[in-house]
Amino acid sequence: MENLNGYLIVSAILFAIGTIGVLTRKNVIVIFMCIELMLNAVNLTFVAFSRHLGNLDGQVFVFFIMTVAAAEAAVGLALIIAFFNNKESIDVDDVNLMKW
Amino acid sequence: METIFFLIITLVAIVSAILVVTCKNPINSALSLIMTFFCLATYYVMLDAPFMAAVQVMVYAGAIMVLMVFTIMLLNIRVDATKKHSHKLVFGSIIGFFTVLNIVVVLVKSRAAAPTGPYSGEMIKKIGHTELVGREIFTNFLLPFEITSILLLVAIVGAVILAKKKI
Repeated sequence: MENLNGYLIVSAILFAIGTIGVLTRKNVIVIFMCIELMLNAVNLTFVAFSRHLGNLDGQVFVFFIMTVAAAEAAVGLALIIAFFNNKESIDVDDVNLMKW
Repeated sequence: METIFFLIITLVAIVSAILVVTCKNPINSALSLIMTFFCLATYYVMLDAPFMAAVQVMVYAGAIMVLMVFTIMLLNIRVDATKKHSHKLVFGSIIGFFTVLNIVVVLVKSRAAAPTGPYSGEMIKKIGHTELVGREIFTNFLLPFEITSILLLVAIVGAVILAKKKI
């Protein structure tokens, strides 16, 4: 696989876009999607390296990351629903109950 | 030919990723994210990992995004065009820029090691990617695989408890 660097750069760019989204957006659901985007960028790195090195461990890791992402999405969205029921909002600026 | 295809897919992936961050309406963000996931699935096919591509489409573009869209529609939030939907843009962009810079510098400075494992492209094509990944999971990674089931069980219980009426 000669094109390893191409995949890694794409993955870096996607990860950075996800980071910017997490840091700048106010909507909790969009922040969630940006986290998924970052996880996917890392998955792409794993698969690219796995293919380059001829070793399938990276792809098994991607498999586990997908499982964790699914669990995280389920619990996180339940949290968002609980938060919305309490505050009628999904703006992260309204999450200030524990702010001193 | 493959390079041109790679560039087209890269363009689509990055534009839709930017749309995820910039769209005001969460539904539009979700649709763009699905587009990005499909692009990643295409990358996996190009990297001789068709099983990963199938799982990507089914789990991410299917299950997780359905959950997201379902939540967005369940909450029924009206998008207020006058309200700001983002904050600290300059700060976030600087962090993002340095993230890219950091990763690219590390890439340029380092040299990826030569292939060490036994799984070449011809071997994957001959035996089949799904079978190879399955062998790997059920031999070397059996314990993590079993622990995954506990994780999913905990996630199910947690989601049910959290989404109850009175919390």
